[in-house]
Amino acid sequence: MSENTEVESDSQEKHVTWYLRGVRRCFSIPGLVLVSAFIGFAGLAREAGLSLPQTVFMTGAVWALPAQVVLIGAVLAGNSLFAAAFAVALSSVRLAPMVVAITPEMRTEKTRPWVLYCLSHFVAVTSWVLAMESFKNVPRAMRTAYYTGIGSTLVLVNMGVVATVFLLAERLPPQLTAALFFLTPLYFLTSLWGSARERAGHVAMVLGLAVGPVFHILLPGFDLLAAGVIGGSVAYFWHRARVRRETVG
Amino acid sequence: MSFDAFDAWWWPYLFILLAGWLATDSWRYLGVYLGGKLSEGSDILVFVRCVATALVAAVIANLIVFPSGALADAPLTLRVGASIAGFAAYLFSRKQILVGIVVAEIILLTGLYLID
Repeated sequence: MSENTEVESDSQEKHVTWYLRGVRRCFSIPGLVLVSAFIGFAGLAREAGLSLPQTVFMTGAVWALPAQVVLIGAVLAGNSLFAAAFAVALSSVRLAPMVVAITPEMRTEKTRPWVLYCLSHFVAVTSWVLAMESFKNVPRAMRTAYYTGIGSTLVLVNMGVVATVFLLAERLPPQLTAALFFLTPLYFLTSLWGSARERAGHVAMVLGLAVGPVFHILLPGFDLLAAGVIGGSVAYFWHRARVRRETVG
Repeated sequence: MSFDAFDAWWWPYLFILLAGWLATDSWRYLGVYLGGKLSEGSDILVFVRCVATALVAAVIANLIVFPSGALADAPLTLRVGASIAGFAAYLFSRKQILVGIVVAEIILLTGLYLID
Protein backbone atom coordinates (compact mmCIF):
# COMPACT_ATOMS: atom_id res chain seq x y z
CA MET A 1 0.00 0.00 0.00
CA SER A 2 2.68 2.49 1.00
CA GLU A 3 4.80 1.38 -1.93
CA ASN A 4 1.89 2.00 -4.23
CA THR A 5 1.40 5.59 -3.05
CA GLU A 6 5.12 6.17 -3.39
CA VAL A 7 5.04 5.05 -7.00
CA GLU A 8 2.01 7.25 -7.56
CA SER A 9 3.55 10.37 -6.05
CA ASP A 10 6.71 9.68 -8.02
CA SER A 11 4.74 9.53 -11.26
CA GLN A 12 2.85 12.67 -10.25
CA GLU A 13 6.13 14.46 -9.72
CA LYS A 14 7.28 13.38 -13.17
CA HIS A 15 4.05 14.69 -14.66
CA VAL A 16 4.63 18.07 -13.01
CA THR A 17 8.21 18.12 -14.28
CA TRP A 18 7.10 17.47 -17.85
CA TYR A 19 4.22 19.92 -17.53
CA LEU A 20 6.76 22.60 -16.54
CA ARG A 21 9.03 21.64 -19.44
CA GLY A 22 6.03 22.18 -21.71
CA VAL A 23 5.49 25.60 -20.10
CA ARG A 24 9.15 26.45 -20.66
CA ARG A 25 8.97 25.34 -24.30
CA CYS A 26 6.60 28.28 -24.93
CA PHE A 27 9.21 30.84 -23.91
CA SER A 28 10.95 30.48 -27.24
CA ILE A 29 10.97 32.12 -30.64
CA PRO A 30 7.77 30.39 -31.78
CA GLY A 31 6.03 31.55 -28.60
CA LEU A 32 7.29 35.09 -29.13
CA VAL A 33 6.12 35.08 -32.74
CA LEU A 34 2.66 33.94 -31.69
CA VAL A 35 2.51 36.75 -29.13
CA SER A 36 3.35 39.22 -31.91
CA ALA A 37 0.63 37.74 -34.08
CA PHE A 38 -1.89 38.21 -31.25
CA ILE A 39 -0.75 41.82 -30.83
CA GLY A 40 -1.73 42.27 -34.46
CA PHE A 41 -5.03 40.44 -33.90
CA ALA A 42 -5.92 42.57 -30.86
CA GLY A 43 -5.40 45.69 -32.97
CA LEU A 44 -7.71 44.25 -35.62
CA ALA A 45 -10.40 43.38 -33.05
CA ARG A 46 -10.26 46.81 -31.46
CA GLU A 47 -10.64 48.48 -34.85
CA ALA A 48 -13.64 46.22 -35.50
CA GLY A 49 -15.33 47.57 -32.36
CA LEU A 50 -15.12 44.54 -30.09
CA SER A 51 -14.68 45.13 -26.36
CA LEU A 52 -11.74 43.93 -24.29
CA PRO A 53 -13.65 41.09 -22.53
CA GLN A 54 -15.20 39.98 -25.82
CA THR A 55 -11.80 39.75 -27.53
CA VAL A 56 -10.18 37.96 -24.57
CA PHE A 57 -13.14 35.55 -24.48
CA MET A 58 -12.87 34.89 -28.20
CA THR A 59 -9.15 34.17 -27.88
CA GLY A 60 -9.69 31.57 -25.15
CA ALA A 61 -12.81 30.01 -26.67
CA VAL A 62 -11.78 29.77 -30.33
CA TRP A 63 -7.98 29.55 -30.04
CA ALA A 64 -7.22 29.47 -33.76
CA LEU A 65 -5.93 32.71 -35.21
CA PRO A 66 -7.22 32.28 -38.78
CA ALA A 67 -10.68 31.36 -37.42
CA GLN A 68 -10.64 34.43 -35.17
CA VAL A 69 -9.70 36.69 -38.07
CA VAL A 70 -12.55 35.17 -40.12
CA LEU A 71 -14.96 35.68 -37.20
CA ILE A 72 -13.93 39.34 -36.89
CA GLY A 73 -14.45 39.69 -40.64
CA ALA A 74 -17.94 38.23 -40.33
CA VAL A 75 -18.74 40.60 -37.44
CA LEU A 76 -17.51 43.57 -39.52
CA ALA A 77 -19.57 42.45 -42.51
CA GLY A 78 -22.67 42.14 -40.29
CA ASN A 79 -23.08 38.47 -41.22
CA SER A 80 -25.77 36.36 -39.56
CA LEU A 81 -24.84 33.86 -36.87
CA PHE A 82 -25.25 31.00 -39.33
CA ALA A 83 -23.12 32.57 -42.06
CA ALA A 84 -20.42 33.47 -39.55
CA ALA A 85 -20.38 29.95 -38.10
CA PHE A 86 -20.20 28.47 -41.60
CA ALA A 87 -17.24 30.66 -42.58
CA VAL A 88 -15.42 29.91 -39.33
CA ALA A 89 -16.10 26.17 -39.68
CA LEU A 90 -14.71 26.22 -43.23
CA SER A 91 -11.56 28.00 -42.09
CA SER A 92 -11.08 25.42 -39.32
CA VAL A 93 -11.44 22.14 -41.19
CA ARG A 94 -7.65 21.86 -41.05
CA LEU A 95 -7.90 21.41 -37.27
CA ALA A 96 -9.41 17.92 -37.72
CA PRO A 97 -6.45 16.38 -39.63
CA MET A 98 -4.02 18.19 -37.31
CA VAL A 99 -5.72 16.61 -34.28
CA VAL A 100 -5.87 13.23 -36.05
CA ALA A 101 -2.10 13.45 -36.58
CA ILE A 102 -1.21 14.45 -33.02
CA THR A 103 -3.63 12.27 -31.01
CA PRO A 104 -1.97 8.87 -31.67
CA GLU A 105 1.39 10.36 -30.60
CA MET A 106 0.01 11.38 -27.18
CA ARG A 107 -2.16 8.36 -26.47
CA THR A 108 -1.11 5.44 -24.29
CA GLU A 109 -3.25 2.51 -23.24
CA LYS A 110 -4.00 4.29 -19.96
CA THR A 111 -4.92 7.66 -21.42
CA ARG A 112 -8.53 8.54 -20.67
CA PRO A 113 -10.45 9.81 -23.73
CA TRP A 114 -11.73 12.98 -21.98
CA VAL A 115 -8.13 14.08 -21.46
CA LEU A 116 -7.54 13.91 -25.22
CA TYR A 117 -10.80 15.76 -25.93
CA CYS A 118 -9.84 18.55 -23.52
CA LEU A 119 -6.29 18.78 -24.90
CA SER A 120 -7.56 18.98 -28.47
CA HIS A 121 -8.84 22.49 -27.70
CA PHE A 122 -5.20 23.64 -27.53
CA VAL A 123 -4.45 22.38 -31.04
CA ALA A 124 -3.60 25.29 -33.33
CA VAL A 125 -0.63 25.75 -35.60
CA THR A 126 1.95 26.95 -33.05
CA SER A 127 1.28 24.39 -30.31
CA TRP A 128 0.96 21.66 -32.94
CA VAL A 129 4.30 22.49 -34.55
CA LEU A 130 6.01 22.86 -31.14
CA ALA A 131 4.66 19.50 -29.97
CA MET A 132 5.40 17.62 -33.19
CA GLU A 133 8.95 18.96 -33.06
CA SER A 134 9.51 18.06 -29.40
CA PHE A 135 7.59 14.81 -28.87
CA LYS A 136 10.53 12.64 -29.96
CA ASN A 137 12.36 13.83 -26.82
CA VAL A 138 9.37 13.35 -24.50
CA PRO A 139 8.55 9.93 -22.96
CA ARG A 140 5.23 8.75 -24.35
CA ALA A 141 3.51 8.59 -20.96
CA MET A 142 4.48 12.22 -20.29
CA ARG A 143 3.30 13.68 -23.60
CA THR A 144 -0.17 14.66 -22.37
CA ALA A 145 1.37 16.49 -19.40
CA TYR A 146 3.89 18.14 -21.70
CA TYR A 147 1.23 19.23 -24.16
CA THR A 148 -0.96 20.56 -21.34
CA GLY A 149 2.01 22.75 -20.39
CA ILE A 150 2.45 24.05 -23.94
CA GLY A 151 -1.25 24.56 -24.66
CA SER A 152 -2.38 26.15 -21.41
CA THR A 153 0.59 28.52 -21.34
CA LEU A 154 0.09 29.70 -24.92
CA VAL A 155 -3.66 30.27 -24.39
CA LEU A 156 -3.31 32.12 -21.06
CA VAL A 157 -0.33 34.25 -22.10
CA ASN A 158 -2.04 35.34 -25.29
CA MET A 159 -5.31 36.14 -23.51
CA GLY A 160 -3.17 38.44 -21.34
CA VAL A 161 -1.44 39.88 -24.41
CA VAL A 162 -4.77 40.69 -26.07
CA ALA A 163 -5.99 42.44 -22.90
CA THR A 164 -2.75 44.41 -22.61
CA VAL A 165 -2.94 45.64 -26.20
CA PHE A 166 -6.48 46.89 -25.56
CA LEU A 167 -5.33 48.81 -22.50
CA LEU A 168 -2.40 50.46 -24.27
CA ALA A 169 -4.21 53.06 -26.26
CA GLU A 170 -1.35 54.26 -28.45
CA ARG A 171 -1.28 53.21 -32.04
CA LEU A 172 1.78 51.71 -33.70
CA PRO A 173 3.12 53.20 -36.94
CA PRO A 174 1.63 51.32 -39.95
CA GLN A 175 5.01 49.90 -41.00
CA LEU A 176 5.43 48.21 -37.63
CA THR A 177 1.87 46.88 -37.70
CA ALA A 178 2.59 45.43 -41.16
CA ALA A 179 5.80 43.84 -39.82
CA LEU A 180 3.80 42.30 -36.94
CA PHE A 181 1.18 40.87 -39.32
CA PHE A 182 4.05 39.49 -41.45
CA LEU A 183 5.53 37.53 -38.53
CA THR A 184 2.82 34.87 -38.48
CA PRO A 185 3.21 33.59 -42.06
CA LEU A 186 7.00 33.79 -41.79
CA TYR A 187 7.08 31.75 -38.65
CA PHE A 188 4.70 29.13 -40.09
CA LEU A 189 6.67 29.04 -43.34
CA THR A 190 9.91 28.09 -41.57
CA SER A 191 8.60 25.95 -38.71
CA LEU A 192 6.24 23.88 -40.86
CA TRP A 193 9.20 22.81 -42.99
CA GLY A 194 11.09 21.71 -39.87
CA SER A 195 8.20 19.75 -38.38
CA ALA A 196 7.66 17.47 -41.41
CA ARG A 197 7.75 13.79 -40.46
CA GLU A 198 8.67 12.55 -43.92
CA ARG A 199 9.76 13.93 -47.29
CA ALA A 200 6.13 13.90 -48.44
CA GLY A 201 5.46 16.64 -45.87
CA HIS A 202 7.77 18.97 -47.79
CA VAL A 203 6.06 18.09 -51.06
CA ALA A 204 2.67 18.76 -49.44
CA MET A 205 3.89 22.08 -48.11
CA VAL A 206 5.20 23.32 -51.46
CA LEU A 207 1.98 22.24 -53.20
CA GLY A 208 -0.17 23.90 -50.52
CA LEU A 209 1.77 27.15 -50.86
CA ALA A 210 1.37 27.09 -54.63
CA VAL A 211 -2.31 26.17 -54.92
CA GLY A 212 -3.61 28.04 -51.83
CA PRO A 213 -3.75 31.46 -53.51
CA VAL A 214 -5.00 29.92 -56.78
CA PHE A 215 -7.98 28.31 -55.03
CA HIS A 216 -8.51 31.51 -53.07
CA ILE A 217 -9.50 33.07 -56.40
CA LEU A 218 -11.13 30.02 -58.04
CA LEU A 219 -13.01 28.62 -55.02
CA PRO A 220 -13.46 31.40 -52.47
CA GLY A 221 -14.60 29.95 -49.15
CA PHE A 222 -13.40 26.46 -50.03
CA ASP A 223 -9.82 27.41 -50.85
CA LEU A 224 -8.12 25.88 -47.80
CA LEU A 225 -10.11 22.66 -47.98
CA ALA A 226 -9.41 22.23 -51.70
CA ALA A 227 -5.72 23.08 -51.32
CA GLY A 228 -5.37 20.62 -48.45
CA VAL A 229 -7.14 17.71 -50.08
CA ILE A 230 -5.58 18.16 -53.53
CA GLY A 231 -2.07 19.12 -52.36
CA GLY A 232 -2.14 16.44 -49.65
CA SER A 233 -3.35 13.71 -52.02
CA VAL A 234 -0.69 14.45 -54.62
CA ALA A 235 2.01 14.44 -51.93
CA TYR A 236 0.67 11.16 -50.53
CA PHE A 237 0.68 9.44 -53.92
CA TRP A 238 4.20 10.74 -54.50
CA HIS A 239 5.10 9.12 -51.14
CA ARG A 240 3.44 5.83 -52.11
CA ALA A 241 5.22 5.74 -55.48
CA ARG A 242 8.53 6.37 -53.73
CA VAL A 243 7.99 3.65 -51.14
CA ARG A 244 7.02 1.20 -53.86
CA ARG A 245 10.10 2.09 -55.91
CA GLU A 246 12.30 1.56 -52.87
CA THR A 247 10.81 -1.83 -52.01
CA VAL A 248 10.97 -3.00 -55.62
CA GLY A 249 14.43 -1.61 -56.41
CA MET B 1 -29.10 37.63 -36.05
CA SER B 2 -25.82 39.47 -36.53
CA PHE B 3 -23.25 40.31 -33.85
CA ASP B 4 -24.99 43.64 -33.16
CA ALA B 5 -28.53 42.25 -33.47
CA PHE B 6 -29.44 42.37 -29.76
CA ASP B 7 -28.64 44.86 -27.05
CA ALA B 8 -28.21 42.22 -24.35
CA TRP B 9 -24.70 42.03 -22.87
CA TRP B 10 -24.59 38.25 -23.31
CA TRP B 11 -25.48 38.14 -26.99
CA PRO B 12 -21.93 38.85 -28.34
CA TYR B 13 -20.60 36.10 -26.08
CA LEU B 14 -23.23 33.63 -27.27
CA PHE B 15 -22.40 34.67 -30.86
CA ILE B 16 -18.68 34.03 -30.26
CA LEU B 17 -19.47 30.72 -28.55
CA LEU B 18 -21.66 29.40 -31.38
CA ALA B 19 -19.92 30.90 -34.43
CA GLY B 20 -16.45 30.63 -32.92
CA TRP B 21 -16.01 27.94 -30.32
CA LEU B 22 -18.54 25.40 -31.63
CA ALA B 23 -17.41 25.89 -35.24
CA THR B 24 -13.77 25.17 -34.36
CA ASP B 25 -13.91 22.64 -31.53
CA SER B 26 -16.30 20.36 -33.44
CA TRP B 27 -13.44 19.70 -35.86
CA ARG B 28 -11.01 19.12 -33.01
CA TYR B 29 -13.35 16.62 -31.30
CA LEU B 30 -13.90 14.85 -34.62
CA GLY B 31 -10.10 14.69 -34.92
CA VAL B 32 -9.73 13.02 -31.50
CA TYR B 33 -12.47 10.54 -32.39
CA LEU B 34 -10.90 9.62 -35.73
CA GLY B 35 -7.34 9.78 -34.38
CA GLY B 36 -8.28 7.28 -31.68
CA LYS B 37 -8.98 4.72 -34.37
CA LEU B 38 -5.59 5.02 -36.05
CA SER B 39 -2.26 3.72 -34.85
CA GLU B 40 0.84 5.88 -35.06
CA GLY B 41 2.56 3.98 -37.85
CA SER B 42 -0.45 3.59 -40.10
CA ASP B 43 -0.22 4.67 -43.70
CA ILE B 44 -3.44 6.69 -43.48
CA LEU B 45 -1.66 8.96 -41.02
CA VAL B 46 0.91 9.83 -43.66
CA PHE B 47 -1.99 10.90 -45.86
CA VAL B 48 -3.64 12.86 -43.04
CA ARG B 49 -0.37 14.61 -42.24
CA CYS B 50 0.04 15.51 -45.92
CA VAL B 51 -3.46 17.02 -46.03
CA ALA B 52 -2.91 18.91 -42.75
CA THR B 53 0.44 20.23 -43.97
CA ALA B 54 -0.93 21.33 -47.35
CA LEU B 55 -3.84 23.08 -45.56
CA VAL B 56 -1.55 24.99 -43.23
CA ALA B 57 0.70 25.86 -46.18
CA ALA B 58 -2.32 27.27 -48.01
CA VAL B 59 -3.14 29.39 -44.92
CA ILE B 60 0.44 30.71 -44.99
CA ALA B 61 0.38 31.50 -48.72
CA ASN B 62 -2.95 33.30 -48.39
CA LEU B 63 -1.67 35.36 -45.45
CA ILE B 64 1.20 36.50 -47.68
CA VAL B 65 -0.64 36.92 -50.99
CA PHE B 66 -4.01 38.18 -49.64
CA PRO B 67 -3.15 39.81 -46.29
CA SER B 68 -5.48 41.89 -44.17
CA GLY B 69 -4.82 45.11 -42.30
CA ALA B 70 -1.60 47.10 -42.56
CA LEU B 71 0.30 44.37 -44.42
CA ALA B 72 -2.08 44.80 -47.38
CA ASP B 73 -0.50 48.22 -48.04
CA ALA B 74 2.84 46.59 -48.87
CA PRO B 75 3.19 45.65 -52.58
CA LEU B 76 2.68 41.97 -53.45
CA THR B 77 6.20 41.63 -54.92
CA LEU B 78 7.72 42.97 -51.69
CA ARG B 79 5.71 40.51 -49.55
CA VAL B 80 6.49 37.50 -51.75
CA GLY B 81 10.13 38.51 -52.31
CA ALA B 82 10.77 39.03 -48.60
CA SER B 83 9.14 35.64 -47.81
CA ILE B 84 11.25 33.78 -50.37
CA ALA B 85 14.44 35.49 -49.15
CA GLY B 86 13.55 34.65 -45.54
CA PHE B 87 12.88 31.02 -46.38
CA ALA B 88 16.16 30.76 -48.31
CA ALA B 89 18.01 32.30 -45.35
CA TYR B 90 16.33 29.73 -43.08
CA LEU B 91 17.52 26.84 -45.27
CA PHE B 92 21.05 28.22 -45.68
CA SER B 93 21.44 28.88 -41.94
CA ARG B 94 20.78 25.18 -41.24
CA LYS B 95 17.14 25.77 -40.29
CA GLN B 96 17.48 28.67 -37.87
CA ILE B 97 13.92 30.01 -37.71
CA LEU B 98 15.06 33.32 -36.23
CA VAL B 99 17.49 33.96 -39.12
CA GLY B 100 14.73 33.43 -41.67
CA ILE B 101 12.30 35.72 -39.84
CA VAL B 102 14.84 38.50 -39.28
CA VAL B 103 15.99 38.51 -42.94
CA ALA B 104 12.42 38.67 -44.26
CA GLU B 105 11.38 41.39 -41.77
CA ILE B 106 14.42 43.55 -42.60
CA ILE B 107 13.60 43.34 -46.31
CA LEU B 108 9.91 44.15 -45.68
CA LEU B 109 10.62 47.12 -43.39
CA THR B 110 13.38 48.49 -45.65
CA GLY B 111 11.01 48.25 -48.59
CA LEU B 112 8.17 49.93 -46.71
CA TYR B 113 10.30 52.84 -45.52
CA LEU B 114 11.84 53.27 -49.01
CA ILE B 115 8.36 53.46 -50.58
CA ASP B 116 7.46 56.24 -48.15
